[in-house]
Amino acid sequence: MSAAEYLPPVEPEEPRDNYLNVAYGVRSWLLTRDHKRIALLYLASVTFFFFIGGLFALLIRLELLTPAGDMVQAETYNKFFTIHGIVMVFFFLIPSIPAVLGNFLIPMMIGAKDLAFPRLNLLSWYIYMLGGLFTIWAIVHGGVDTGWTFYTPYSTLSSNSHVIPAALGIFITGFSSILTGLNFIVSIHKMRAPGLTWFRLPLFVWALYATSLIFVLGTPVIAITILMVAVERTLHVGFFDPALGGDPVLFQHLFWFYSHPAVYIMILPAMGVISEIVPTFSRKHPFGYRFIAYASVAIAVLGFLVWGHHMFVSGQSVYAGLVFSVLSFLVAIPSAIKVFNWTATMHGGSISWKAPMLYAMGFIGLFTVGGLTGLFLASLGVDVHVHDTYFVIAHFHYIMVGGAVMGYLGGIHYWWPKISGKLYPEVLARFAAIIVFIGFNLTFFPQFILGYLGMPRRYHSYPEEFQVLNVFSTAGASILGVGYLLPLVYLAWSMRYGRNSGANPWGATGLEWKTTSPPPPENFEVTPVVDEEPYSYSAPGEVRVVG
Amino acid sequence: MRTDFPLFPDRASTMATHVDALFFYLLTVSAFFSVLIAFLVVYFAIRYRRRSEEFVPPRIEGSLTLEIVWTVIPLGIALSFFFWGARIFVSMNQPPRDALQVYIVGKQWMWKVQHADGQKEINELHVPVNRPVQLTMTSEDVIHDFFIPAFRMKRDVVPGRYETAWFEATRAGRYHIFCAQYCGTNHSRMVGWVSVLEPREYQSWLAGGAASESLASAGARLFAQHACNTCHRPDSLARGPNLEGLYGRLVRLSNGQTLIADEAYIRESILNPSAKIVAGYQPIMPTFQGLIGEEGILQLTAYIKSLGKPSAGGPEMLPPTSQSPLGGAVPPPGAPTPGGASPQKGAPVR
Repeated sequence: MSAAEYLPPVEPEEPRDNYLNVAYGVRSWLLTRDHKRIALLYLASVTFFFFIGGLFALLIRLELLTPAGDMVQAETYNKFFTIHGIVMVFFFLIPSIPAVLGNFLIPMMIGAKDLAFPRLNLLSWYIYMLGGLFTIWAIVHGGVDTGWTFYTPYSTLSSNSHVIPAALGIFITGFSSILTGLNFIVSIHKMRAPGLTWFRLPLFVWALYATSLIFVLGTPVIAITILMVAVERTLHVGFFDPALGGDPVLFQHLFWFYSHPAVYIMILPAMGVISEIVPTFSRKHPFGYRFIAYASVAIAVLGFLVWGHHMFVSGQSVYAGLVFSVLSFLVAIPSAIKVFNWTATMHGGSISWKAPMLYAMGFIGLFTVGGLTGLFLASLGVDVHVHDTYFVIAHFHYIMVGGAVMGYLGGIHYWWPKISGKLYPEVLARFAAIIVFIGFNLTFFPQFILGYLGMPRRYHSYPEEFQVLNVFSTAGASILGVGYLLPLVYLAWSMRYGRNSGANPWGATGLEWKTTSPPPPENFEVTPVVDEEPYSYSAPGEVRVVG
Repeated sequence: MRTDFPLFPDRASTMATHVDALFFYLLTVSAFFSVLIAFLVVYFAIRYRRRSEEFVPPRIEGSLTLEIVWTVIPLGIALSFFFWGARIFVSMNQPPRDALQVYIVGKQWMWKVQHADGQKEINELHVPVNRPVQLTMTSEDVIHDFFIPAFRMKRDVVPGRYETAWFEATRAGRYHIFCAQYCGTNHSRMVGWVSVLEPREYQSWLAGGAASESLASAGARLFAQHACNTCHRPDSLARGPNLEGLYGRLVRLSNGQTLIADEAYIRESILNPSAKIVAGYQPIMPTFQGLIGEEGILQLTAYIKSLGKPSAGGPEMLPPTSQSPLGGAVPPPGAPTPGGASPQKGAPVR
């Protein structure tokens, strides 16, 4: 295989017929059944929700600039963090990589024309938007103040805000997750190209397969739980309220039975993205391909068994605490395996410092910190102290923002040439990646210290000895905000003014790079036949064995 | 803006020392792995940076040995975290038997504190240094959480349940109390102070307090006020079980089950009397839900606890037996705890 193949062709001709120019007009988008166009519908919608959620994050940070709680009323502040949580979790993080990149890439990565159920795919976007409308309605009409966790009996008994529309929004959106998961599972099982065996699949597909399992198995539980809250609130049927004979802690069990696996819905796809970027920009087969693949499935399965670690101080039995603690340590192991394998993949590679790789390297570092601080929380004795403090906030933002959002941005940059047929401006993109990394750490690292000092979550005002660290955090958030606005601007710019990218600007392997950019509506003119291992960057004779 | 800000919390309880030790172990291991991974990523990125677009590096086959190494070593370290953390957690859940009893009721948005001697406080808690204090807590409305960072102590305060927690303060001073479970509008104002006093100061605080009556005598007053003694009486006119010596004893129910009479059972029997009917009695007691608040229930419970031995064992009561799988009765406060080599329940980790 000659290395010259990897040179990006200079200003190639754009293919005449691609999924973007095949039809024009609003109808051609809103009634499309093309997975690539549906992916772009999702891209626009999750971007919208990301900036809504980000706006509320900014308002939270502004309020916390001073200890007195003097910018807005306590009730308003409580609505800010609730909306930030609901929008970011249910309307950005959960759909982001699966519904945008997964939708766009899975059919191409498996050599198929589309997903198994294209109409269902479009329906899932409409369901998502309907759920989003309920949530937007709740925000516009005065908001909701229960926290994204909807803990009972506060959510059923005390809160006089718009709990039901917000809860219905989440309930409805859940169906979109289930349909997307179903579509992915069936497509990956039934529509792989000839010769594309399970262990020839890209690791991104493995990660999305594991994610889909959680979508299908976990989402119904949150749906029914949310419905129970609505029923108790309106009809006063006692599920959770002790005054009605219910048990408030039962809600926490049901809620976290979904919402802890949901954490893996958010991070597994990002791990999949990193597993693509690192081999491409190191020009190497991923170290321990099978271990990374198995680790995805292990995380999905074990993730269902650790929900009780959210309840170490809730009054569940000591023995339950011990079991959930040890299981939580076990789920950390597959994540550690992935981190070691990504790092080992870089060893002996030919590493390009393009923007996607910068995001991937940032991801590895921040995810490592996020994962390790998770061990603090799994340790019963330490969790009692840091539970419900800013330590927890810092920890899950290292996973969700340092991990999932970095992975998402890395993936958007990496596949941007495929999606748009254009190159993004590389220097600006590297600059933005560095800004995001710096802003992120400045925002969230001080929160670890705040948490161990004892600053509780969801505090509108706080003792003044915590102010300096909060000021660092707010300063970091403003830098982070700039880092997120930059890609929005230059990616939109590149749609019109960017250089043509050609089919494969990175010299990457994988079926999606074998078709033109942007791809034709049917993805491949001829169904590809796979006759080689994945990530075969070097010729078979050049294998070196270590260890 | 204060610039003398702390980076590490006060350490003012026996438990804080244990928690911090594990914290520093976790911190050391985490720092090591974070620095290792960050170093390798940066080092590889520089050492193997792309020098030529033509160069394709040779493939490196994965290594089973390495995979096993980086599975087994993290697993071993993780299990060491687990056992250490579990040991601390178990002792956090075993209050020493001679602990001072304090009762806490959380409501939106304040902490109401009652001492056994009857002192009442709001958003303040006065305790002596070097003496274990056990908190029995419940909530009148939503879930709250009683958190004292300086003691590394935190516990959810759940409506409809009694949650207990304990600490032994080691340094006199004033430390924050926070509500750590989001409970509505003024969640961040549901804060207070715990004052740890030297024994002599504590005694004078107790003496100087405006306590008119002890918790138990307040309970006795409530007992009479609600005419509980019309039915709950030791003589033959009793239509309800005799409550003398009830606390901590085995109770047989009409459905054949048995239980140990504890605070939660007494609370339930006041608020929802038909839930558990004592064998030999009719379900005639009305509910006192809405008539007696959580504080009143704590007072009534203290009164029932204070009642002596029953004059004659009623048919409903069984004497506590040492064979009972649930363990015997709670010994009176101040009873000598068994020492020796046997694993001693309630002993803090030292």
